[in-house]
Amino acid sequence: MTNDECKKVVLDIIADIAPDEDLSNVKSDVRLRDQLQLDSMDFLDIVMELRKRHGIEVPEADYMRLASLDSSAEYLVPKFNALAAKS
Amino acid sequence: MTLPRIVITGIGLTAPNGNSLAEFRGNLLAGIAGIEWLDVRYMGRLLAGVCHFDALKHQKKKEVRVGTRAGSISIWCAREAVADSGINFEAFPKDRVGIYIGCTEHGNVETENEIFAISKFNYDTKYWSHYHNPRTVANNPAGEASLNLGVTGPAYTIGAACAAGNLGLIHASQMLRLGEVDLALCGGVSESIHTFGIFAGFKSQGALATNDNPAKASRPFDKARNGIVVSEGGCLYTLERLDDALARGARIYGEIAGYGVNSDASDYVLPNPTRQAECVRRSIAHAGLEASDIHIVNTHATATPLGDIQECEAIRAVFGAGCPDTHINNTKSFIGHCMGAAGALELAGNIPSFTDLVVHPTINVDDLDPACALPGLVLNTPVRASRVDTILNNSFGMLGINSTLIVKRFVA
Repeated sequence: MTNDECKKVVLDIIADIAPDEDLSNVKSDVRLRDQLQLDSMDFLDIVMELRKRHGIEVPEADYMRLASLDSSAEYLVPKFNALAAKS
Repeated sequence: MTLPRIVITGIGLTAPNGNSLAEFRGNLLAGIAGIEWLDVRYMGRLLAGVCHFDALKHQKKKEVRVGTRAGSISIWCAREAVADSGINFEAFPKDRVGIYIGCTEHGNVETENEIFAISKFNYDTKYWSHYHNPRTVANNPAGEASLNLGVTGPAYTIGAACAAGNLGLIHASQMLRLGEVDLALCGGVSESIHTFGIFAGFKSQGALATNDNPAKASRPFDKARNGIVVSEGGCLYTLERLDDALARGARIYGEIAGYGVNSDASDYVLPNPTRQAECVRRSIAHAGLEASDIHIVNTHATATPLGDIQECEAIRAVFGAGCPDTHINNTKSFIGHCMGAAGALELAGNIPSFTDLVVHPTINVDDLDPACALPGLVLNTPVRASRVDTILNNSFGMLGINSTLIVKRFVA
């Protein structure tokens, strides 16, 4: 999985959990909470949807790694690739 | 001690056959029911009363996603009632607003949804939603309304089975009289059709209506009645003390005249006509009226074979051989049983009678059960009354909770 593909996965989830938000200009290097109306429950939604849709676990200690699209991709791509290697 | 008079100044509703009082009332007078087929999880196609209001008129998409159906119904009704009241809500002190919403039950929908969702993950509870608790707390419908409207006064629900809609209004009247709040948003809501459990429960009880024609399915007092049509819905009112309403030049729909609330203390599900009659008598006495002063009796009757007869027995006990000016009707024949919303919605459907002097009928009575042949029963077509000064609204619920509310035409 590429970083861009991973960012799209995260953005697809955000599109569902924050349906009122305009996601066309989300900046990859800016914290998601600084550019979108997302609260702590929404971040739990992102974690839950990664688990449900993709089998990816994000331990609570790593939640901060999902702060921006860039940091999410940096953190999640190895997990996606490890999962793909298993299957 | 003279207690403040309490008046109705706004009505917001969603019913299976209307999303405003005008639309709802129009369909009640035109004989148009609102029952349709609904796919129910595990059970298939069943008859139900479904509301078709536009939740996004008053909520963001995210609010709808995070919240509950009961929350959406509450917000719709509260916002519509506030708009209808004409009050300057933006400027109104929000800590002086109370929200009192009657519910039959709350939380079953979300619990069923979550169990279904984790069934896809071998019942692993790590897939259980973190929204479960805020969605299922009993105060959820009122709490969601408080968030949406920015109300910082007391906002909570009143659990009273199918008597809850009346209880919302009664409790709000009491809080206004005590001076606890200056404006009350009150009534009842129900999201029941989104849980299979209520359908399955009534079916197991032998009390779920069946009919090939949805419009004919809910038929209180008819010989062929065979049970309840489960419906969703909501109706919230703005109530104010009369002096406040007059001071702002509010339109007044009617005045809370009196009420009665009691308990059967006799059975989990079977009604008790003796206690029902006591409740009705208590409400009439509380209003300072006689039975003959009541011009419309809106029955609770749900179209169960036994329950309808028992309510008729209670009404006979109070009204005797019939009071010449008393008309008796039923709204569930149009919209099914809206559970926690029933009392509040059914009252609303009758309130325009104060001004148009027309009494909406009980439809679907093709063959009147002699045991339900009450004098004054308005069957199948509306009737014009010589006067409508009072409406008595019955709502009874499981575990034997009875409520009767009387509203009178406003006379300064």
